Amino acid sequence: MSEQKIIEIEVLRYLPESDQAPHSEVYKVPFTDDMSVLQGVQYIKDNFDGSLTFRWSCRMAICGSCGMMINGIPKLSCETFIRDYYPQRISVEALAHFPIEKDLVVDLSGFIEKLEAIQPYIIPKEPRTVEEGEYIQTPAQFAEYIQYTSCINCVLCYAACPHTALSPDFIGPGAMALLHRYNMDSRDGGKAQRMELAASEDGVYNCSAVGYCSEVCPKKVDPGNAVNINKINAGMDYFLRFLSPKGGAK
Amino acid sequence: MALAAAKFALSEKGLGVEIYKADVVIVGGGGAGLRAAIAVAESDPSLKIALVSKVYPMRSHTVAAEGGAAGVKREDDSLDYHFHDTVGGGDWLCEQDVVEYFVEQAPIELTRLEHWGCPWTRTADGHVNVRPFGGMKIMRTWFAADKSGFHILHTLFQTSIKYPSIKRFDEYFCIDLLEEDGRCQGVVAIEMGTGEFTMIEGKTVILATGGAGRVFRESTLGGIVTGDGMALAFRHGVALRDMEFMQYHPTCMPITGLLFTEACRGEGGYLVNKDGYRFLQDYGLGPLQDKPKNKYMELGPRDRLSQAFWHEQQKGRTIEHPVFGSVVHLDLRHLGEAYLRERLPLIYEMAETFMGIDPAKEPIPVRPGIHYTMGGVKVDGKCETSLSGLYAIGECASVGIHGANRLGSNSLTELVVFGKLAGDEAAKKAQSLPPGNSPSLLKQAQEAEQRVLALKTKTGGTERMSTLRKEMVKSMEDGCGIYRLEETMQKTCDKLGELRERFKNINLDDKTSVWNTDWLYAIELDYQLDVAQSMAHSAISRKESRGAHQRLDGAYTERDDVNYLKHSEAYYVPGSAPRIGYGDVKITKSPPAARAYGAAGEKADQERNASHV
Repeated sequence: MSEQKIIEIEVLRYLPESDQAPHSEVYKVPFTDDMSVLQGVQYIKDNFDGSLTFRWSCRMAICGSCGMMINGIPKLSCETFIRDYYPQRISVEALAHFPIEKDLVVDLSGFIEKLEAIQPYIIPKEPRTVEEGEYIQTPAQFAEYIQYTSCINCVLCYAACPHTALSPDFIGPGAMALLHRYNMDSRDGGKAQRMELAASEDGVYNCSAVGYCSEVCPKKVDPGNAVNINKINAGMDYFLRFLSPKGGAK
Repeated sequence: MALAAAKFALSEKGLGVEIYKADVVIVGGGGAGLRAAIAVAESDPSLKIALVSKVYPMRSHTVAAEGGAAGVKREDDSLDYHFHDTVGGGDWLCEQDVVEYFVEQAPIELTRLEHWGCPWTRTADGHVNVRPFGGMKIMRTWFAADKSGFHILHTLFQTSIKYPSIKRFDEYFCIDLLEEDGRCQGVVAIEMGTGEFTMIEGKTVILATGGAGRVFRESTLGGIVTGDGMALAFRHGVALRDMEFMQYHPTCMPITGLLFTEACRGEGGYLVNKDGYRFLQDYGLGPLQDKPKNKYMELGPRDRLSQAFWHEQQKGRTIEHPVFGSVVHLDLRHLGEAYLRERLPLIYEMAETFMGIDPAKEPIPVRPGIHYTMGGVKVDGKCETSLSGLYAIGECASVGIHGANRLGSNSLTELVVFGKLAGDEAAKKAQSLPPGNSPSLLKQAQEAEQRVLALKTKTGGTERMSTLRKEMVKSMEDGCGIYRLEETMQKTCDKLGELRERFKNINLDDKTSVWNTDWLYAIELDYQLDVAQSMAHSAISRKESRGAHQRLDGAYTERDDVNYLKHSEAYYVPGSAPRIGYGDVKITKSPPAARAYGAAGEKADQERNASHV
């Protein structure tokens, strides 16, 4: 075994029942090269202070629980490694643009409401029974939407999005990517009803295409692209409604 | 979260329990719980459903399942083949009538997932594709790249949003079941964000809380896999069945235990020892095959592969890695980068991110890790427990399809098949029952509240929770590992008894209300100790070797159908070790036979078929 190295982890603490405002605490954590930042904060909880609070579960970047600002950048702490920061201090804070509930735990209820609002389920174009078997989906049809199914709802993109900071009701990148995922699915016929929301006051026009959301996405979903495609779609709908009696989105 | 619930002040100190009245309460928002919720909502939209989960549903551990879900798909396959693979794979400890139902429903439920948008990987002509998996005679594993669990979970979660009768209690932690007139009539839960208690009444209750593998040290599992529902049912007198059977998955990342799916081998990966030798041919799985061949070599069942690793280690033929310890190599190089990126993208990323390895260029060091709890809450073929109105589904349940060893890709299918069934059954029963006696239930809820609050508020304890947890997981690994001995199992039983005592002297750092995970983890550890005891005591009582329970001592190294073709049943004894009893195994059309794979298995198959002619 290599000799024990020590990393300093500075955690932005906030205990709502006793603190007026968040404050920093620095912990000295022994680490090995395979240790993630998540394991670093777990070490603090197990050995120094059991009150330190954060969400985590799978440890393999698929459950989406453990997002944090790590040196100011939104990241999944389970796949961010201490060795990449050593010997510099690591700073860990709750995800930006969300209300802090305690320490590294943020209030996700706003995000969940947005996710529910975009009707994230198949609204069948041609309903069929199970007895009729599966829908056929060609490789080209599959390729239209598959990338946008990879979102793990980790909300790093919201912590990156400057417009979420300015307009908290903005549907935002993650939920827009999911909206796009269903709109592009050949089994789905619900695009028109979803586009009403996309084109609304809280919809795509809040975005100024900064693209930082896509940069921080740990699953390469490219939510920024989804938002911008839908800006064009929403614009098309706007113009097509003058030309077609049924509107353009059908 | 705003709840439409009345608040009742219970004492002058301002302690209170919120009340919500549902018809069906579901605890656990993973694949099984969500499928059950949808089934209730579809069978009777007037029923109020409470879906209670300690994490947002899409964080549930279903999310981490990789390889896929089994269901007969191809022309050359049959329900009978799936049945025989499952029963033989389970070393004949399966409930055969339940397996028959399971294989029949599997393709129906997997197709329904397709209708709901699950992005199953397709063939070139647009149909759902299948891949080979361990212990399966014909390829029948439906897959969504190597993120099948993730896609199933998100599909179910997103689909559940469609149903207004499903009311979610996200980040509510269940601490007890309510029992009255011999029926389960609801649950008590802590709202994690406030530390306040809520009583959720239900005419029927479904447990869908997942497995308990975190009682072991090195596992593939998320931190939430702590056996909560098992302990809740156990404490209410329901048996935990077949708890000695814990699955070691043969290909896990050393130290962290993270999973490299069986699909790595289904797609053609090799397992090799330090000499570059595909060692499985020495363990009844050969002869060697160039291409993946069902039920041969790397496509043998998980128990056999993990056991083979153990033997290689004993023979000094594993690779001794400076950081990872003893490992073998999972070699995917011959599959090429493009194919790996298409079929195993998550595996590719994990090898790169967590190990700094490019699997197209280097083999991946792997070793067995704890993966799945075959046993669980004993239920009948309709998913109901011995406590009327209480159902259990998914990994927390023992409905009887896995026996002594689960075949990979049967458990994701289990979620949807039995989630649907339990939802229908619980809905039907709820329709026929009157509302509960609220004042009496509230009194129970209040008692549960006081008991659980005491754990948080007590002072003067000296034991640190993380110390107890570390000793528990180490002891389970030592005593209940891949191979077992009377002496080490006894040590584990003793250790767990000691930890049960020391738990009483626990001290928490956090005494506050909001998001007190120090407290919640202590409640989980309490659950885990009960479940660990049920495993260790069931293990030491089974004096034979079968499936994932393998003994090295004395006369117990072989299967013993005369004495142990039986399910173990662990019963809770307050303040003491569990009592172990036994129950019959339902045999319908597959009498116990030698369990063989590779060429020997093929020969046994032919003989069986010939004898049927």
